[in-house]
Amino acid sequence: MERSDRRLNIALGIGLAGLSLVPWYRIESGFFGFDWLGNFPNGSNEAPALLQIFAHGRWTLAVIALLFAVGLCARAFKVSSLRSNLLIAAGAAGIVFLVLQGLAVGFTGWTWTMTEALFGPLADGQPSMGAGAGLVALSFVLMFSFGLAERGVLRGDAFVVASIALLVFLVSIFVFYPVGSMFIGAFQSFDGSFDPSGFVRNIQDPSIWSLDCLVGGNRCGVAWRTLMLAILSAFGSTLLGLCFALVATRTRFPFKKGLRLLTILPIITPPFVIGLALILLFGRAGVVTHQLSNLFGIEPGRWLYGLTGIWIAQVLSFTPISFLVLIGVVEGVSPSMEEASQTLRADRWRTFWKVSLPLMKPGLANAFLIGFIESMADFGNPLVLGGSHGVLSTEIFFAVVGSQNDPSRAAVLAIILLFFTLSAFLAQRLWLAGKSFATVTGKGDSGAHIALPRSLSIGVHAIVIPWILFTLVIYGMILFGGFVRTWGLDNTLTFEHYQRAFSFSFENGAIAWTGVAWNSFWTTIKIALISAPLTAAVGLLTAYLIVRQRFVGRNIFEFALMMSFAIPGTVIGISYIMAFNLPPLEMTGTALILIACFVFRNMPVGVRGGVAAMSQLDKSLDEASLTLRATSFRTIRKVILPLLRPAIVAALVYSFVRAITSISAVIFLVSAEYNMATSYIVGLVENGEYGVAVAYSSMLIVVMIVIITCFQLLVGERRLRRENRVATAFIPSAAPQEKAAS
Amino acid sequence: MTTHHTGSVVFTNVKKQFGTFTAIHDLSLDIEPGTLVTLLGPSGCGKTTTLRMLAGLEHPTAGRILIGGKDVTMLPANERDVSMVFQSYALFPHMSVLENVAYGLESSKMKKNEARERAEEGLKQVGLAGYGRRLPAELSGGQQQRVAVARALVLEPQVLLLDEPLSNLDARLRRRVRTEIRELQQRLGFTAVYVTHDQEEALAVSDKIIVMQDGLIAQQGSPRDLYEAPASSFIADFIGEANVLPCEVLRSDGGQAIIRVGKLEHSVPGRSARPGPARIAVRPNAITLEAAESGAFPGSIRHAAYLGDHVEYEVETEAGTLFVVDPAIDRTLPPATNVSIGFHQRGIAIINN
Repeated sequence: MERSDRRLNIALGIGLAGLSLVPWYRIESGFFGFDWLGNFPNGSNEAPALLQIFAHGRWTLAVIALLFAVGLCARAFKVSSLRSNLLIAAGAAGIVFLVLQGLAVGFTGWTWTMTEALFGPLADGQPSMGAGAGLVALSFVLMFSFGLAERGVLRGDAFVVASIALLVFLVSIFVFYPVGSMFIGAFQSFDGSFDPSGFVRNIQDPSIWSLDCLVGGNRCGVAWRTLMLAILSAFGSTLLGLCFALVATRTRFPFKKGLRLLTILPIITPPFVIGLALILLFGRAGVVTHQLSNLFGIEPGRWLYGLTGIWIAQVLSFTPISFLVLIGVVEGVSPSMEEASQTLRADRWRTFWKVSLPLMKPGLANAFLIGFIESMADFGNPLVLGGSHGVLSTEIFFAVVGSQNDPSRAAVLAIILLFFTLSAFLAQRLWLAGKSFATVTGKGDSGAHIALPRSLSIGVHAIVIPWILFTLVIYGMILFGGFVRTWGLDNTLTFEHYQRAFSFSFENGAIAWTGVAWNSFWTTIKIALISAPLTAAVGLLTAYLIVRQRFVGRNIFEFALMMSFAIPGTVIGISYIMAFNLPPLEMTGTALILIACFVFRNMPVGVRGGVAAMSQLDKSLDEASLTLRATSFRTIRKVILPLLRPAIVAALVYSFVRAITSISAVIFLVSAEYNMATSYIVGLVENGEYGVAVAYSSMLIVVMIVIITCFQLLVGERRLRRENRVATAFIPSAAPQEKAAS
Repeated sequence: MTTHHTGSVVFTNVKKQFGTFTAIHDLSLDIEPGTLVTLLGPSGCGKTTTLRMLAGLEHPTAGRILIGGKDVTMLPANERDVSMVFQSYALFPHMSVLENVAYGLESSKMKKNEARERAEEGLKQVGLAGYGRRLPAELSGGQQQRVAVARALVLEPQVLLLDEPLSNLDARLRRRVRTEIRELQQRLGFTAVYVTHDQEEALAVSDKIIVMQDGLIAQQGSPRDLYEAPASSFIADFIGEANVLPCEVLRSDGGQAIIRVGKLEHSVPGRSARPGPARIAVRPNAITLEAAESGAFPGSIRHAAYLGDHVEYEVETEAGTLFVVDPAIDRTLPPATNVSIGFHQRGIAIINN
């Protein structure tokens, strides 16, 4: 049998199974509980699509079945343009109709008045889509792609066409559909009818836009406060990051290796932990506050709870990120430029100001924008430290979970936040694209960077050293805080908090996890373990498509994927609730929604790493594999993946760790059954149980350090071996890959 | 690798565009089974694109491609009965030599053991028996190149494609490896399509040469045809260097034509030359120089360079600057010497256009 027939058989088989072997609709108790087998195939909820049409009068499904039948008929023909056109048409129409049918028919009948007028009222509504609908959708996408492949699109490579189609389909469902629903949600009232009053009321709300801090002496609106905070945080972290980068590269600072370790910290620190540590230090009952009040009689104040505290926490959190970006920039300035300047009679001071610094400018702007976006998206620190002085991300949260419960307000705030971050993202992409002066070329660029001018060197040391100490104190606080009974009041050492969180006992020969933290801990680990490989796989597959395949709309494809990275977690969270709470897709409260959220939020990092690593691989390696009769799938598995091992591990580690530490989107999506560690800790903080919260946080940090070290050892070993085995031939030196991996 | 079922290759009106750029305009060609055909041309002429379309790595915008009589125009690379030797060899660096050679067989669903055995045999064919367990990086450039050939040949393709297979070898090795490739091709009798920009290489290995220029076929024929009867000044200059001079054909009879350059009359082979103005291509070593104040075709030495076994001159004449290779090394004519120019019997061709 020809390959094209075999793969089409598989696609059609999936579709047939979806229509006749599994329930079309969502099973309330969970598909993998297999409780539905009892009522299958006759129950009105459990019946497969073919039975639904006839036995339960859901005639709208018949159109889907008919379109599928067109695809089945096409299989009867030999490969020809007729067959491929039939497949393309059936696949495309099938997807479109499946989506329309899902959106048009809700729980109780037509959701659109237009269709109701056209076809008359429906006897029965329908639940959300389930396994059957999913399989048939997959089958349609495959039909469509195989049809295109048979027409010679993308050199007739069915795997590539199908991958692109599936990715576009999934990204549409999990990124664009939710964000779109959120926009629509802003214009809807509770019952789902069109009602712009909520939007109009909220968009004009003075608590968002007021400029009272400039004219009236009161507080400004939340939008302006967020913007100001973001600019200040970006400014602070960029400046500090630059100082760190200069110290690490242009001075004889003795602990440079230690500085580099600093860059790992933000990855493994749950975002609110810094805020938590600050409270333990400077809060009303904090150590420092307490001491000051004892020694000098200074009244304990609430200065920390507000923008000042958030700002300090954010600068602490984002400085390492900015350091990571800027160290590449500072190292990237070609030493020969500086040497040239010196031979032209410029002293070190003039060289730094007139040559080195201007060359770093695009990099500095980049670091600033990253800090800006991170600050805008930060949810943990404002939640812990904000008090009544919220920022956009926390306001969104309280608009949904608080007593307000005003989804329209949440949507409006989310749109404003999205507008800010996307503007920054677009500025970064369009304005900075190709403006990097960093001159890392393949040519041996000899020469050494000149040292900083003396006065500047003293200056940066004076900033960096106290800040390092401060960071050390903060992290010491996090690790130490869990062992103290009650901060400020009773400073006796105790294991109480750890016991409460992580105690276990042996009962009847089995371990009983009695600690309060275990439930969320295991859920977190489980979900992180499931989503990490998926994230890495989707990310690297996307990277492969972007680097190795030329197709129409490739740039838009890449841009749209990268853009999803700039969508703040809170916005994702709120949009997921709005999109996946009602038919056609209902996922809130399941593990699936958490996994989907992690995969599509963290994928862009995998893409970036994969793109960097794959650009290093000679394209003729894949082509050689193709001409040696291997399919693209086999090429990826046998040739590309083994050569990309470091990038894979990096993507795995990153997505695993991010799934553990993230909070902003997660806090909207957790349920009693699937609670995640971070949202559980935030709950502890809200109850004032700082001790347990800190104990849990430091436990997470330790677990992640252990995991990262394991992975790092694994990668290190591989790289060594590969360098030994493959000296020069086809793989460029490991150095650029190291960059990609970090 | 015993007997090959060799296939013909046919391109019918093939066109290839990349965006708005047209790489191949309208290409039709026909390659006989069992021959080695070279696609020759300067970089950017479309020869590599042609080869890649044959491999299935690019698909034509229009036209048809047939391999062994079967239409493969829309077939992806992995379903075509061709294999390819890459310029960079593209050996998989993480696999041993044997795994590399067996890769294609295993891709075609052959049993692992059998594939390994066949791969061993393939390595023996190219003289690398016993190297199977090494990694590609542990071989010399020439050995890597032979592994690449073995990897392509064990699949017994109807057509073997070679994309500048010698360009990564040093000059001394090139001569030897090209002989080996040609011997292998003649021994096993497979069809081969060979891309190169080196005319000497093309002349040395080919049954037929197809010279391409700007996405079109400039001329095709046997090496001798192309050298002795170039169809254009481009071909004349590309296949061996040539001085292209305007001349006048006075008369032609019986395969010989009498031409006049300046006041010099000369008889050259010219099968279908018509009387009237024309151009001739004169090889650098077909020109004689005599120190003389005046002659039928006078010139003046502009530059001379002694190169051991010959002397190179640039000679200023009314018809332009001539490049001359003179085997007479015991004299060097200094610049500004006036010379009388003459032609040898061989090495001159009338360009028919």
